[in-house]
Amino acid sequence: MKWAVVVFPGSNCDEDAAGAVRRVTGDEVDMVWHTTRDLSEYDAIILPGGFSYGDYLRSGAIARFSPVMEGVKEAAEQGTLVLGICNGFQVLTEAGLLPGGLLGNHHLQFTCGMVELRVENANLPFTSAYQEGEIIRVPVAHGEGRYYADEPVLDELAMHNRIAFTYQGEVNGSVRNIAGIANDTANVLGLMPHPERAVVEWMDSVDGRRVFESMAAYHAKRGVVHAG
Amino acid sequence: MPADSTTQGQRTAHEKSMATTHAANEPSPEQIREHGLYEKLGLTAPEYEAVVKRLRRLPNYVETGLFGVLWSEHCSYKSSRKYLKTFPTTGPQVLQGPGENAGVVDIGEGVGIAFKMESHNHPSAVEPYQGAATGVGGILRDVFTMGARPIAFLDSLRFGPLTDPHTRYLFSHVVGGIGGYGNCVGIPTVGGEAVFDESYRYNPLVNAMCVGMLPADKIVKGIASGVGNPVFVVGSRTGRDGIHGATFASAEDPHEKERSAVQVGDPFLGKLLMEACLELMETGAVVGIQDMGAAGLTSSSAEMASRAGGGIELYLDKVPVREDGMTPYEMMLSESQERMLVVMEKGKEQVAFDILEKWGLQIGEIGRVTDDGMLRLYFRGEVVADVPVMALVDEAPVYDRPTEPPSQAELAARKIDEDELAQRIDSLLQGEATAATGRAERTALEELLRLILAHPSVADKRWIHRQYDTTVRASTVVGPGSDAAVIAVPGTTKAVALATDGNGRYVRLNPRVGGAIAVAEAARNIVCSGGKPLAITNCLNFGNPENPSVMHQFKEAVAGMSEACLALDTPVVSGNVSFYNQSRGEDIYPTPVVGTVGVVEALSHATKSGFKQDGSSVLLLGPPDAGLDGSLVVQLLTGRPQGDAPRFDVDAEARVQSVALALIRRGLVLSAHDVSEGGIAVALAEMCVSGGMGAIVSVAGALQPSVAERIGWLFSEGQSRILLEVSQDHLDAVLTAAQEAGAPCAVIGRVTGNSLTIVDTAAAGAATSGASRTAGWEPQSEGADVWLSLPITELEDEYKNAIPKAMEH
Amino acid sequence: MKFYEVEVKVWLKKSVFDPQGNAVEHALTGLGYEGVDKVRIGKYMQLLVEATDEAAAHDKVKSICDKVLHNPVMETYSYTLAEAAAEVSV
Repeated sequence: MKWAVVVFPGSNCDEDAAGAVRRVTGDEVDMVWHTTRDLSEYDAIILPGGFSYGDYLRSGAIARFSPVMEGVKEAAEQGTLVLGICNGFQVLTEAGLLPGGLLGNHHLQFTCGMVELRVENANLPFTSAYQEGEIIRVPVAHGEGRYYADEPVLDELAMHNRIAFTYQGEVNGSVRNIAGIANDTANVLGLMPHPERAVVEWMDSVDGRRVFESMAAYHAKRGVVHAG
Repeated sequence: MPADSTTQGQRTAHEKSMATTHAANEPSPEQIREHGLYEKLGLTAPEYEAVVKRLRRLPNYVETGLFGVLWSEHCSYKSSRKYLKTFPTTGPQVLQGPGENAGVVDIGEGVGIAFKMESHNHPSAVEPYQGAATGVGGILRDVFTMGARPIAFLDSLRFGPLTDPHTRYLFSHVVGGIGGYGNCVGIPTVGGEAVFDESYRYNPLVNAMCVGMLPADKIVKGIASGVGNPVFVVGSRTGRDGIHGATFASAEDPHEKERSAVQVGDPFLGKLLMEACLELMETGAVVGIQDMGAAGLTSSSAEMASRAGGGIELYLDKVPVREDGMTPYEMMLSESQERMLVVMEKGKEQVAFDILEKWGLQIGEIGRVTDDGMLRLYFRGEVVADVPVMALVDEAPVYDRPTEPPSQAELAARKIDEDELAQRIDSLLQGEATAATGRAERTALEELLRLILAHPSVADKRWIHRQYDTTVRASTVVGPGSDAAVIAVPGTTKAVALATDGNGRYVRLNPRVGGAIAVAEAARNIVCSGGKPLAITNCLNFGNPENPSVMHQFKEAVAGMSEACLALDTPVVSGNVSFYNQSRGEDIYPTPVVGTVGVVEALSHATKSGFKQDGSSVLLLGPPDAGLDGSLVVQLLTGRPQGDAPRFDVDAEARVQSVALALIRRGLVLSAHDVSEGGIAVALAEMCVSGGMGAIVSVAGALQPSVAERIGWLFSEGQSRILLEVSQDHLDAVLTAAQEAGAPCAVIGRVTGNSLTIVDTAAAGAATSGASRTAGWEPQSEGADVWLSLPITELEDEYKNAIPKAMEH
Repeated sequence: MKFYEVEVKVWLKKSVFDPQGNAVEHALTGLGYEGVDKVRIGKYMQLLVEATDEAAAHDKVKSICDKVLHNPVMETYSYTLAEAAAEVSV
């Protein structure tokens, strides 16, 4: 399985994401510069955390105009797995690949630390290695993680089981405690917590591993679509 | 462009320029002398005359400005240099000592660790968010400049009491600024300290430390060598911000200074600049590189030329500027952030242009390296400054300022006032008068422990580090809140342990011992986390050096630090001095802050401070102590620090540290915690709270010791003491090892239950004593004298909520 | 070509909680200012826009605001546009 980690100017969890994939799956990972247009050779694409373009206008607002995002959109339409972590989630909402948006934390501060998440849907390509309702521990580190969408969108997400993870308790003021959501075809997932920072024992949790394991299992089951 | 002209030709151009440049709106050399304008540019009258004598002519405005900043305390260390030279700086582990942008130590496997700490006190007093953010940005650049990939930040902070609204403003904005910069550049902030004391109310201390890793044989230096090599300025454009920041840092009262000196940081640009420079250095085409920090282009160009023993010439028209109409003076003194001066190999210019373009950054080829020893500046075809580099950098004045030890009367006044202390304890007991006798004593001790745990200097700092990204880079093995942070070093099986320490109260009471304690405690923190201390960096934050008693403190503190550095084999590899930390006529407590780097040979050695295993034993490694000298408890009871510095013996310290590290490496220690501010009682409480487990500790005491004696045992800050948690299986091995090494070690308790209970078993008449190997006291023992007993939930409530509660206002 | 000075304001939609505005409102009340309500905090931006005429400038600014400067999921915006004085140079 071939993975791409997109690097925007200001991405800073790109190496962490690539490291986690290598650690967990042993697969090949390419770092893809934001000017790359064609991502068709990849089976999974990760938009990593960080502060793309400094997040000065809005988180992810400028990154979504990068040439690489055209490639991400095309790949998503083809069914390629796209995982947006933290800033990557923000980019995906700005790009319209996921509904809603992410606002400044309700307590007005950056927040970093281990949080508990509830796995709401364990049938997604990103969550199949978890149990539904399972409580997992994964770190967060963000200043703008308050998920917002209007009621009809939220109802739609809930009705179609597109809410992947929720926070156990208040973290940033997200509506319905949403920590991560999927698109309507379930191959694009965005989440604020950092699964790539919970993959070995000394990280204080290994609960993030199963995001990458799920993706690898999905790919294996789906069969080799891309012959390379 | 007279770049090719001969020396003779330049002299002519120079003389011509003298007639033209200052004809504009800058004062003439004669006016500078007549009206004493050099004082506004940072030179005293004798310094100005020394410049005139050295140049054998009157310096023009630009030249006077160059000398003003480079001869400032901030750049020249003129008051401290005499003493800094006495620091031990060498050892087999040192790859780069002081004098470069950062020091480098060897951790083996071909990896070097670059690190440095720097103060940003004055800018943070005026504009706390930007002051702190640019402090972080500056130290980041100092470290990556060595060719090192930054892997961690630590911050040592000092503020006034949190009851003061202005302090809360400074505190929250400094924390915001540190997080704002560090989080964006993607380097975890993993530790540091925050101390709150009246002494720092008007003069907060913000000391930022950065740590990076690099191939041990690929250190890049700040050197401008190779005649004809091109000089570039890369990164941000140059604006008028921060002009005279270096002289401003050395001025007496930051609040009297114009706010135009405040620089604004751009962490996004800082991140791009870091990536671009690391990529550029990777090509091997970089000859030398330096951050344009304090005094911007002036200090970077002059210092780089000085290290090469050569000269440099700059064509200022080519500096990418942000504002119209900037003069040479403004360009040379601008402190616009996120800029670097880079010397490339001639012929490799395109490498630099390509990489900087990839990262979307400005680059200007602004000069070249010469061999005539002059810093020569051209602007609009004229030479606007032409001064010897040696005169600017190496011949900066060195002052042997008068020192004056405290008088006998002052020393006497510092002694612990036993009567006063007894009185305070009495009133504390009377506060508990409703309780029965005996019970009142216990309640009073419990109350004291709560009080100290809730003191913001001791209390949990999660309010701070929750705002920092502590886990980005996915290498944080032990984050903030333990004795030292432990960060895995990618590509190796090792980790580094990182800690900062300093205690202004101790140094004020006894500068020599206080200075030594700062070094010893930082090293002890490293040891408790499983690391071997390798070397230190420091920020020496002191008051006005023109005050002889401040200079005495400085001299003594440096001597004490040096003694500890030698005994613990942790040489000084980098550092900085911040003088003039004073406000409203009051100097701050002399506050040397030490940042220590240690190597953790295997990740399994990484040790935390929270209790881990029910039923394990609690040991006190190190000498027993019940003295209250310099303790926080005395300050809390009487309102001021009293006595000497806590008891400290450097040889005992070395023994204790070496035993503790050996035990940890042998896998015999479950958790370890240094006894520091608040003494054993606080250290035990912290181990309980972090581990979520209780403990019963028995004191081998005289029967019914007085309350003052109990307070001494519980809250003494006597040094060289470590609490170890050891499982029953390893007890013999640990005690034997300590005995063989000549380090006192005793079992004092057991991890159990949900409360921290401290009892005097002697009172129970039981056979068990503090020296007992099994600590057999049980809560139900008849007649035991319970000193204090508090549920963990209550300890936790005090400890964890103190700062959040204080910040709610 | 003409130059237009544009001022853009972006703020959170009414339905979206604004913690900054809320905190400032709370502080104002604490400072004794009575009768202050509905504090909202937004962003203010200045642009100097080059266009052939005013209509073209409007088109350009609307497009910039719609596509980049605001996120319609949670924000709304308004702007003003005026021809810049002749001496403006870029």
